[in-house]
Amino acid sequence: MPEQFTRLTSRTLVLPQANIDTDQIIPARFLTTTTRDGLGSAAFYDWRYGPDGALVPDAQLNTIDPAEHRILVAGDNFACGSSREHAPWALLDYGFRVIVSTGIADIFASNALKNGLVPVIVDADTHARLLADPGGRVTVDVECCELIAGNEPPVKFVIDPFARRCLLDGVDTLGWLVDRLPAIDSFEARTA
Amino acid sequence: MPPPEPRTLFDKLWDANLVEPERADAPAILYVGLHLVHEVTSPQAFAELNQRDLRVRRPDRTYATLDHSTPTLPPAASGARTYVTAAAAAQVDQLRANCERHGVRLADWDSHDRGVVHVMAPELGLTQPGMVVVCGDSHTATHGAFGALAFGIGTSEVAHVLATQCLLQRKPKQMRVTVDGRLGPGVSAKDLTLAVVNRIGFGGGSGHVIEYAGDAIRVLGMEGRMTLCNMSIEAGARAGMIAPDETTFAYLRGRRHAPEDFEAAVAKWRAFVTDDGARFDSEIQIDAATISPMATFGTTPDASIAIGAPTPSARDDSERQALHYMGFAAGAPTTDHAIDVVFVGSCTNGRLTDLRDAAAVLRGRRVKEGVRMLVVPGSESVKQQAEAEGLDRVFIDAGAEWRLPGCSMCIAMNGDFVGAGQLAVSTSNRNFEGRQGKGARTILASPATAAASAVTGKLTDPRAFLEAAHA
Ligand code: SF4
Repeated sequence: MPEQFTRLTSRTLVLPQANIDTDQIIPARFLTTTTRDGLGSAAFYDWRYGPDGALVPDAQLNTIDPAEHRILVAGDNFACGSSREHAPWALLDYGFRVIVSTGIADIFASNALKNGLVPVIVDADTHARLLADPGGRVTVDVECCELIAGNEPPVKFVIDPFARRCLLDGVDTLGWLVDRLPAIDSFEARTA
Repeated sequence: MPPPEPRTLFDKLWDANLVEPERADAPAILYVGLHLVHEVTSPQAFAELNQRDLRVRRPDRTYATLDHSTPTLPPAASGARTYVTAAAAAQVDQLRANCERHGVRLADWDSHDRGVVHVMAPELGLTQPGMVVVCGDSHTATHGAFGALAFGIGTSEVAHVLATQCLLQRKPKQMRVTVDGRLGPGVSAKDLTLAVVNRIGFGGGSGHVIEYAGDAIRVLGMEGRMTLCNMSIEAGARAGMIAPDETTFAYLRGRRHAPEDFEAAVAKWRAFVTDDGARFDSEIQIDAATISPMATFGTTPDASIAIGAPTPSARDDSERQALHYMGFAAGAPTTDHAIDVVFVGSCTNGRLTDLRDAAAVLRGRRVKEGVRMLVVPGSESVKQQAEAEGLDRVFIDAGAEWRLPGCSMCIAMNGDFVGAGQLAVSTSNRNFEGRQGKGARTILASPATAAASAVTGKLTDPRAFLEAAHA
């Protein structure tokens, strides 16, 4: 069941590259797991560790305290590529709760929401401001659908009403769908 | 009564499989006709069902295979499979146990049906027009080639489908890509696909499903259509689809899981076409005659050019980084760089016609000294047919490795990978940094181009070889 999310204020971590694909977020060789847990150690693995497996000390992700930087501001078309849900699992386990970009890939956004990781799409100006202020304090409010950076006026963002309800109330979507079984039964009877 | 609104192929697929329409406060519930499962994205979904004491609702609409993390080398003398890690072996064991517990059919090691999920299901006749087809894999769009609504889902959704045979979905936007004219001789469906992805742009199809239409699409065989639909995700679209026609019906006729009353099914399937006058949110037109053999030069699948054309200059930091990673210089062609590895395979180009294309170039030639070439059939069935035609001999005699079916170097999680810094020409679908192995550099191209490049040791337009063969 996803963790609830109402409002979060945190520092940002900025990864400005466009098209950061899910193979970067978690390389395929870490997908041979049968649980959802502990994938934070593999998040951005090839950015954080060298070919010899040694930590790259000046890699940005190694210089921050993940507990302090829970909002990831990323370049356009974030998390494109593979549909692996291991990507949001790894990001959440690493410490992120929000992804902000001008574009977030469809399947990733859907996977993220099911796990309580909030995808926030912003306009290019807001994005540019956030990119220019790495480590800045940002508030993301799912109740009001607002992002507030520093002293700037709040920026509205759009989130699907059902997804928003799931985040605010921690709705169990599988349970919700299981409750619809009578309608599914009648569809099957009708089309059989 | 006013005439009915013209509808698109997608509209018809959506309506036909709608359990409940979407509302402002709830997504639509869509019924899934075929759910494909593999070892990597399913264990956590089965665990979810088991925790809640739920059963797989329709094992008869669910089919599992082993492909992503399976070795492509034959078993050891002891009979043991050479898994890359104990975790990979455990994942396969887990899928087997889950399938047994829930009565789901599994194309296991001993099955002649086993193959890459998107190669195997169409071969068995499981994929049919009018269906919703899903799998925990983004290249599920492949099945759209049959006039199905086919898209990749995450593991949470795999659990939804296992338990309820349904998915919660919002209606996407629609794009039509019309390709008219004819592809030139020696220009393949993969070249067309790379040209289409280049035109839409990586992410340009985001939020959309794509219908491919036009003369150049109609003359493609099912294999070529699958190659095209397969890479819809590389343009950011969740699904790509082609209306079913005689080519589709001829392919499906006689397949093991094709409907028993085939003619009645065909009569129904014929309705799955876009009506004249139906509206799309965006339209793209491409002239097939302008397309040459294509290859990527960057680290996103849209970054492609005609083979031999100068490498475009970077327009931003991401593109600069991509050129730097690939070791290519703007203004110079990518055809002077020595190739280390050639990979023919994957759900994009691991079908029989693809192996024939590669073999046509390789027949009577040798893979250049120092180049490693791996040929991995997409399924057991492809492997058997290729061997019956003697294609395996062509590859082996040329100095290539002939492997067991699987995803192999496409995702590089089974022990087959491209080494750090090595340059590969690959018939797969993703050229991301590290996709084929940490530090690996990937050029995406067609099977014929891959084979021609294996012979010369450099990225090579295959048309010269094909002309020589025909002369
Ligand atoms: S061949 Fe590649 S793209 Fe296709 S299913 Fe396997 S890993 Fe995915």
